Amino acid sequence: MKLKRRYFLVGAAVALGAGMFGVVWSNDAAMARAKRLTTGKGESSFAGWLKIGADDTVTVYSPHIDFGQGSHTALAQMLADELDADWAKIRVEQAPADYAFGNAALAKVFAGQMSGHPDVVGHLPDPVFGLLARNAPIQITGGSSAVRATGQYGMRVLGASARLALLAEAADRLGVPQAELTASDSRITHAKSGKVLRYGELAEAAAERPLANEPTLKARGAYKLIGQPVDRLDIPAKVNGSARYGIDVTLPGMRVATAIAAPVRGGKLQSIDPAPALAVKGVEKIISLDDAVVVVASGYWPALKGARALAPKFSDGGNGAISSASIHTAQAQRIAEGKPDKDVHSGDLAAAFAGAGTRQLTADYRVPFLHHATMEPFAMTGHHAGGRLEVWGGTQDPVQTRNLLAKYAGLSVEDVTFHPMIMGGGFGRRFPPYTQIIEQIARVAMQVDYPVKIIWAREEDVRQGAYRPQSSARLKAALGADGKIAAWQSDYAQFADATAEAGLPYVVPATAMRHYKTISNQVDAYWRSVNASQHGFYNESFVDELAHLAGQDPYQFRRAHLPAGGRHLAVLDAVARRSGWGGALPAGTGRGIALVESFGTICAHVVEASVKPDGTPLVHKVYAVADCGMVVNPRNAEAQVQGGILMGLSTALGEAITLTGGAVDQSNFTDYPVLKLADAPVIDVHFIESDAPVGGLGEPGLPPAAPALANALFAATGRRIRALPLVGQAG
Amino acid sequence: MPVIARVNGESVSFNADDDTPLLWALREELGLTGTKFGCGIAACGACSVHIDGVIARSCSVPLASVAGKAITTIEGLGNQGGGSEAAPHPLQVAWIAHQVPQCGYCQSGQLMAAAALLKTAPRPSDAEIDAAMTNICRCGTYPRIREAIHAVAGQAADQTGAVA
Ligand code: FES
Ligand code: FES
Repeated sequence: MKLKRRYFLVGAAVALGAGMFGVVWSNDAAMARAKRLTTGKGESSFAGWLKIGADDTVTVYSPHIDFGQGSHTALAQMLADELDADWAKIRVEQAPADYAFGNAALAKVFAGQMSGHPDVVGHLPDPVFGLLARNAPIQITGGSSAVRATGQYGMRVLGASARLALLAEAADRLGVPQAELTASDSRITHAKSGKVLRYGELAEAAAERPLANEPTLKARGAYKLIGQPVDRLDIPAKVNGSARYGIDVTLPGMRVATAIAAPVRGGKLQSIDPAPALAVKGVEKIISLDDAVVVVASGYWPALKGARALAPKFSDGGNGAISSASIHTAQAQRIAEGKPDKDVHSGDLAAAFAGAGTRQLTADYRVPFLHHATMEPFAMTGHHAGGRLEVWGGTQDPVQTRNLLAKYAGLSVEDVTFHPMIMGGGFGRRFPPYTQIIEQIARVAMQVDYPVKIIWAREEDVRQGAYRPQSSARLKAALGADGKIAAWQSDYAQFADATAEAGLPYVVPATAMRHYKTISNQVDAYWRSVNASQHGFYNESFVDELAHLAGQDPYQFRRAHLPAGGRHLAVLDAVARRSGWGGALPAGTGRGIALVESFGTICAHVVEASVKPDGTPLVHKVYAVADCGMVVNPRNAEAQVQGGILMGLSTALGEAITLTGGAVDQSNFTDYPVLKLADAPVIDVHFIESDAPVGGLGEPGLPPAAPALANALFAATGRRIRALPLVGQAG
Repeated sequence: MPVIARVNGESVSFNADDDTPLLWALREELGLTGTKFGCGIAACGACSVHIDGVIARSCSVPLASVAGKAITTIEGLGNQGGGSEAAPHPLQVAWIAHQVPQCGYCQSGQLMAAAALLKTAPRPSDAEIDAAMTNICRCGTYPRIREAIHAVAGQAADQTGAVA
């Protein structure tokens, strides 16, 4: 099963502007169900996602998972601001893994609105319609979508509508015109009489009122919480060990298991002698699955010892000849043959190349598979009893997880409960279709009559990953007489079409983006920033090469290709200014610049780097500037950009998953090195606020990091880097 | 024979086999799940605890070797003064003030490593922080970890100054 790429393009919807369509809060079955699932005595639900208690506590139910990106707090800020709620009484809860809380519930109400407004339907970009309406019922967290889609179109609208309902109720109760009332800090005040009503005492009656369809949202100057660096609500539990992640779930009578899957993806379990594992003290049961063996024991340690004692025989599924080298050869071959699966072009490419004479350049680039390396390995707990299956764990889409659990367990969805837990990192690894442990826990739990937790060893986590695809590209460009790029052609080979990410922010009269589809035995997975991670590296490295071919400064060269007065130029200029571009640097140190737009956010970095005496690169400093439209929480936004940069640098410096004989060569942090504190540069992050639609932030900080580093090393050493990682190359 | 040790100030008798890594005895026998599993081979630091005040990666410490020793986990990092109220460690306060955690999974280990560092180097230099803080954080919280350690070290110095 494959996710559709279009999920990741939701930003386009925001371009409609907040006023263009509101939400019809129909009192349909989903809303009633949501209410039932969340409210107790003294609690009132507004459209499911908001709950107000008689004690003034305001609870926001987030359909998105927070695995560190801070979206729970940001979504609550957006709703609470429009609601004029008291921030001290705000809580965020993970919405239950139930269709009533899927974004599809929101989609339904959008759809209701649309049927009455065909003109709006006509304007609604396909991607957002796809996200909200067509892909029922989803609760996906990805594509940096939480704030820009759910926050802007769900949380803010709901907060404003609920506020109006509370005001209307207060006006009736006090017998005064609504216009004489003001709301703030979860209280409604009638200034003339001095009367004050708390939200908590109004909520029950207000929740019975119809919610406004198109409430007026606050203008930027009126925000009280949006834009404020409020403390994240999840952090206190993460500094004292009390936060409970999927791996921490403990049930009475629970056993612990670990899995070993076929080392060559696509292979099946052929035979297994369970005796050596059963001889290990504490091991209770060996369960054979289609493509894996699971050892169930009294604890993780005996389970691991049991697993290590086994010598299961797996087939290779016919994939035994696949290697990183064979994939690269196939990709290079397809590009050389020149018969793309998709060809998106503009302008007269042939004429531009013919007229360019020697002022043209062709270069081959490549990147390896990359692992997400979430710090929490896969872990899920399941319990099958009385015909029902209950499962605890962390994924990036709880509703879909529940559906898959039901499928693998052979139960109806109604008989499956999934409890979404906090995750120790996601970065795209935990999308249900390739979160293999979902199938493992469903099948294993159905075969035992006690609760069981499966924990993957780190070695399993590294070898059975769902990697950022290996990819190759041939870039070709010609300079015109004016020293500007006259033609640009990108031939890239990988599994997925990446027309959008292969495109340029620069004005170039003739372009072609050609996709050559190649496959391997690995799944085509999402990895933080998805296609922008490799295409950002290709394009921004090659633009640098062209700047040098043109004999121009790389910053000025980029400038010359950006429209005056545009957001891209503003971001580029800001990063150049902040980094002191052009100023003197110590001998041996170079500066590199890169500009990449992804997920609706424009981001540019300047990296200062040198090469250590042992030949390895040293990153001194990174300057980053981002324009994501509106910044909801500046401190958290800064953390997201810092994190993206460090992950981008880490992968560029040393990370690669390679295949030999169809199997992964790496196994743990020893051979899959993740950047450590000592190698983390000083990072300066700056935001440009604009009226542009809200962009994402979990991912856009990453793509410019690798090319800015490679360009800095070129400036320092004169050596162009066209393949990642850098380990063993520089110097 | 059961292994007897002190964990967060209390005497504990472990039933797990001698070769069980301390990490799993803490998590599965005592339910102290704040100490995390990341790699199992002493490569990431997620499982860091203090054994007799010294930083250790508990995934690679056999239970038998801690007999008679005093172990501190993240759950016991606060309250070390033995006060009655739950008093967080200054680093835990700084971790919130500097909004350090993202996913948070590595942070128990980071805090234990930082606390051990401050015991031996109350005002660590950047180089000392580099050398001591070798725990992996995939979310990239390193800049704020460094900031928060310096902030606590600065406070300690101020207090010392005030006393002197
Ligand atoms: S789990 Fe112990 S160092 Fe990684
Ligand atoms: S905060 Fe996520 S790994 Fe460190």
